[in-house]
Amino acid sequence: MKQFPVIFGGVFATFALSFIGLAMVPQLQIGNLQPFVDEDAGDIYPINAGGQAAQGRKVYIAEGCVACHSQQVRDEQMGADLARGWGDYKFPRRTVARDYIYDQPVLLGSMRTGPDLTNIGSRQSNPMWHYLHLYSPRYVTPGSIMPPFRFLFEKRKITGQRPDDALDLTGVEAPEAGYAIVPKPEAKALVAYLLSLDHSHALKEAGEAEPAAAAQPATSK
Amino acid sequence: MTTQTETPSSSAVTSIEVEAVDRALIDASTRAPVMFFYTTALTWLFAATVFGVIASLKMHAPEFLGGWPALTYGRIWPAFTNTLVYGWGCPAAIGTSIWLMARLCRVALRSPAALIIGGIFWNIGVTVGVISILSGNMRPFELLEFPRSAAILLFIAYSLVSVWGLIMFNKRRSGHIYITTWYLLGAFFWFPWLYGAANVMIGHTHGAAQAGIAAWYMQGLLGLFFTSVGLGAVYYLIPKVLGRPIHSYYLASLGFWTQALFAGWTGMTRLTGGPVPAWMPTVSIAATIMMLIPLVTVTVNHVLTMYGRYDMVYYSPTIRFTIFGAFAWSLSIFAAIITSLRSVDRLTHFTQFSAGQFQLIVYAFFTMVMFGSMYYIVPRLVGCEWLSATFIRVHFWGAAYGMGLVILMLFIGGAAQGDAWLDPQLSPALVIGYFQPYMIARTIGWLLIVLAHLIFFLHFLAMLFRLGQPSGEPTLFAAIEEGGDHV
Ligand code: HEC
Repeated sequence: MKQFPVIFGGVFATFALSFIGLAMVPQLQIGNLQPFVDEDAGDIYPINAGGQAAQGRKVYIAEGCVACHSQQVRDEQMGADLARGWGDYKFPRRTVARDYIYDQPVLLGSMRTGPDLTNIGSRQSNPMWHYLHLYSPRYVTPGSIMPPFRFLFEKRKITGQRPDDALDLTGVEAPEAGYAIVPKPEAKALVAYLLSLDHSHALKEAGEAEPAAAAQPATSK
Repeated sequence: MTTQTETPSSSAVTSIEVEAVDRALIDASTRAPVMFFYTTALTWLFAATVFGVIASLKMHAPEFLGGWPALTYGRIWPAFTNTLVYGWGCPAAIGTSIWLMARLCRVALRSPAALIIGGIFWNIGVTVGVISILSGNMRPFELLEFPRSAAILLFIAYSLVSVWGLIMFNKRRSGHIYITTWYLLGAFFWFPWLYGAANVMIGHTHGAAQAGIAAWYMQGLLGLFFTSVGLGAVYYLIPKVLGRPIHSYYLASLGFWTQALFAGWTGMTRLTGGPVPAWMPTVSIAATIMMLIPLVTVTVNHVLTMYGRYDMVYYSPTIRFTIFGAFAWSLSIFAAIITSLRSVDRLTHFTQFSAGQFQLIVYAFFTMVMFGSMYYIVPRLVGCEWLSATFIRVHFWGAAYGMGLVILMLFIGGAAQGDAWLDPQLSPALVIGYFQPYMIARTIGWLLIVLAHLIFFLHFLAMLFRLGQPSGEPTLFAAIEEGGDHV
């Protein structure tokens, strides 16, 4: 009978400690970080991207892109992230808590079936590349196992002018004559979000690396 | 803390007949809720199996069923993990805990209907959650994908179960508190806290600290909740079937307390090298290394309890599944310790290796122990014995070889994937080529699992409709030559 308070108290105390230590304390430490501001240069980082990119973020979550893509760059000791150019070329660096202050929910991810996307907007800034890649990853990168997101696009009959955003598809993927594949609003928002993923800004706490330190990109064209 | 050794029912004072009648009454009181949780759990396990096969296929054949938004990898993978954990794992854990709690406290379960209502709530919650994931309404945190509406239902349902468990504990008629009860009390207490706190905090925080909460939750769920129910069941079933006490009660309590102390601190190994203050992963790596203590104490205890009686693996389905699970647990902790080291994490982080570790805990350990529990518990509830030893054998080998293959392929494939990413000269398409063969082999493992689950599901249905063998002798793989009574 005397055991009960011991068990219950122990079970409570051990768990409460980890809860406070790992869930609450980090809130105090990094829960209220402010953006980096350089008044003189009029330089603020990060910026809270709104509008279409924010919509695209929701598409990114809904399609479960986090299941295969991370958005966090580790330093040299922890892998080849910087050598692969995932930490960008202008200011190659790991990511730190301040990079994510506007992210709700944060999309760090825990799997890299595909490359890290922290700086994909800076690495691959051509929207048409993204449209083609989302429509048919294998069309752009043979051998890719990224799922095709064709349902984010629609086939439209060309009446008059060919739409500006029609996909430049050739070969088997091309629609029959007189039709064009165009992105739906979801795809447009998603690509706007991908293009907004650009953390190429130096931050003191991330230890600025020499801009030239990164090797040549080994990512897809 | 006592250091004496004993079996779960050693505090019996009544005569054998009275005790048997008493036990039958206690079992009968838990019949409806336990069978309800088991039946729904197995139905979800079936769904999880289908999702698992599709997810596995998508890793090497992305165009397969490619036109269905609900079936793309990004949705089917979380649908798989969530049905496995919340559809199958938790209800199986709840069913087993209710039965064990009634047995160990030696009290009949009161108002079982309330638990069934809890079970209905739980299942509505899981249904809403899984449909939400498949339709893209999810949160981007592992095992916290369910939207708030579903999470609230799960929280209420489990809290009800906890309260009922504590009521039984409060009314207990046994003096000494057996180690299994400790684990179950821990589980009743930890799950609502973990799940409630994680869901509330995820909704009210932002930025990198949010990822810390998700990691704390994930590791708590695996290392405190599933581990507690699983090890609790192992500590009950092995001595029961062997008819001998656990080797050392002292080691068991040491294992329990060190687990309780360190497991909650291990979560941040999921963020090693990530954008969080460096002390967080460092603390968790230290805690993971400290998990050596529960690893050694619990494993040594199982090994020595079984010592000289390993032949029971050959006869008893319960023992075969349970001991498989128990050693899988040891392996999972060992893997967790090794991969927590920064030099290894470098290779395995962000790869299929971590998916392998997840399935090692949730499937090879927990699910196998639950199968073992069901083989023991269900005949005592429905009043007939399992129909066919061959069915059980197919179930075991399908599940063991199938999941063994899946996990092995995820481990080797994950290491190959990590190694390829470490070489900056390899393009992403080439990296895929390095681990894809293992992903194909994984799908073969899944097909074995489908077979095993199909057989078990049918076998269970037969029991549900009381089509089993008339009571009397338990269904064994082979007749026991000597020793061993309750199997
Ligand atoms: C099954 C896992 C998987 C899922 C889910 C997935 N991807 Fe990918 N992704 C990959 C793989 C593998 C590659 C590398 C090969 C390639 O370029 O297609 C990749 C490459 C990319 C690239 C190019 C990166 C680079 O550096 O060249 C982008 C951009 C991308 N994915 C965006 C997305 C978006 C947006 C989603 C969600 C709508 C998504 N991915 C979902 C696996 C996945």
